[in-house]
Amino acid sequence: METQALLTAVEQKLKAQFPEGYVSSELIADYPTFIVKRDSILDVVKFLYNDVDTSFQYLTTLATIHYPDHTGQEFAVMYQLHDLRKNLRIRIKIFFSSSDTHVPSITSVFSAANWMERQEFDFFGIIFTGHPNLKRILNMDEMTYHPMRKEYALEDGTREDKDDKMFGR
Amino acid sequence: MSKDKNTSKEIVEKEYSTLNLGPTHPATHGIFQNVLKMDGEIIMDSESTVGYIHRAFEKLAERRPYYQITPITDRLNYCSSPINNMGWHMTVEKLLGIEIPKRVQYMRVIIMELARIADHVICNSVIGVDTGAMTGFLYIFQMRERIYDIYEELCGARLTTNIGRIGGLERDFTPKAWALLDQFLVDFPPALKEFENLLMRNRIFMDRTINCGPISAERALNYSFSGPNLRAAGVDYDVRVANPYCSYEEFDFIIPVGTQGDTYDRFMVRQGEMWESVKIIQQAIAKIKKEPAGIYHADVPEFFLPPKEEVYNNMEALIYHFKIVMGETEIPKGEVYHAVEGGNGEVGYYLISDGGRTPYRLHMRRPCFIYYQAYAEMIRGGLLSDAILTMSSMNVIAGELDA
Repeated sequence: METQALLTAVEQKLKAQFPEGYVSSELIADYPTFIVKRDSILDVVKFLYNDVDTSFQYLTTLATIHYPDHTGQEFAVMYQLHDLRKNLRIRIKIFFSSSDTHVPSITSVFSAANWMERQEFDFFGIIFTGHPNLKRILNMDEMTYHPMRKEYALEDGTREDKDDKMFGR
Repeated sequence: MSKDKNTSKEIVEKEYSTLNLGPTHPATHGIFQNVLKMDGEIIMDSESTVGYIHRAFEKLAERRPYYQITPITDRLNYCSSPINNMGWHMTVEKLLGIEIPKRVQYMRVIIMELARIADHVICNSVIGVDTGAMTGFLYIFQMRERIYDIYEELCGARLTTNIGRIGGLERDFTPKAWALLDQFLVDFPPALKEFENLLMRNRIFMDRTINCGPISAERALNYSFSGPNLRAAGVDYDVRVANPYCSYEEFDFIIPVGTQGDTYDRFMVRQGEMWESVKIIQQAIAKIKKEPAGIYHADVPEFFLPPKEEVYNNMEALIYHFKIVMGETEIPKGEVYHAVEGGNGEVGYYLISDGGRTPYRLHMRRPCFIYYQAYAEMIRGGLLSDAILTMSSMNVIAGELDA
């Protein structure tokens, strides 16, 4: 299926099933991308999983993006789904504010999302409600901040031995 | 213990013992910890801890220009690092809209298939080692040394190769590289056959590995497996066929698929893939002979460094060199995702560019991280030695696990 045809097909299904949850859709670099509301993401994923025409039953990846300048929509989580039978790929994004970083977890649909969501919690502090074991996964458990957020510098700010003037940064 | 015969029998509560398959263990290939809850020798449950080699690649990538990110992609799956490099170059070329000449694409295919052979050589011989068969490992590793010699001739490094540049390769294949490659293609098939004769129909090996750590296709898909582990479970999903890149659609190869998803199937799938890689390399060499010689990069002076001789004599070359190194080139804004078939599965790069000289966000889809979650389920109910064998047959590489 051509990517434009796929975009319109899924767009129509989402608009019909989720009139309030659906926000917009766009073809970004030949990749159908759909924006839905944060609270409806679990239902959208379940719907696309069970849909007969285009059953997206493979979760390729999920990632968070931090836009500190977009007030009210600082965080975005993007999910990439893949229909292996017909070889169709789509991307779903949700945007939400940094004041409430709760997102419904999709581990009940995809077991693969377990560690993927833990990684996003570790790096960005997104709290996935309904996750069976939401702890840090790659960083040490005692870390108090979420390092991938844009406000945190690449290097550990607590070090006193490196002088920025001498290291030319 | 009571000596009185009339006391009622004490109810013995079953207690499970905890065994720490610690981060540093000679049998785990990498640094990851598993705390096992054992009932005697049967594993009831396990909890994995990863992150011992986390190097913050996604954060690092936000501070490095695009050509400086290639060395960190090396260190993801370090057993087949050229595949990660090529995947990254193709992602950036997708963002920039660069069209790569056919000859360069075939050269990239040769490099990627050599890396795949190297990765599968390690995995299969190490499955042998974990069952106690050291001989196969020693002899087939000599072939991996030959691949290292080829890489050294191409780029100067053996393991973490940083091969290629955005827009092509940094230099053409030298005559010595072609000679080493031809010699490899003569020597590798007999060596692989010898390795196969040791293990493939070996009664002890088969008894040891069949039904060891199986996973069904439905569970594997739910855990987003990809690569040889998924193909061993019976699903023929290969990124080279599903979303062809780098002219893979022009090559003729089959996808070996298993049935049960156990260790023997994983071994056999990787074995089959090595034979297919040899076929692909031979086809690529034949195709390169038909292309005009000498081309090793696309004509994109804004992104591909000019040759040094020109930089000191030619004004445009000087300006391009300055702009590329100082980061003054115009990178378009965009959002792309590109996946390649790595040694372990679908290695994906999700790149968001905001027009600056470094990415705004780079997310790496690491197949090892995703399928290692299923390890607890795969070893439940099995013996400890089967757990070790399952881990090595899944080809868990710590670099890709943690990034």
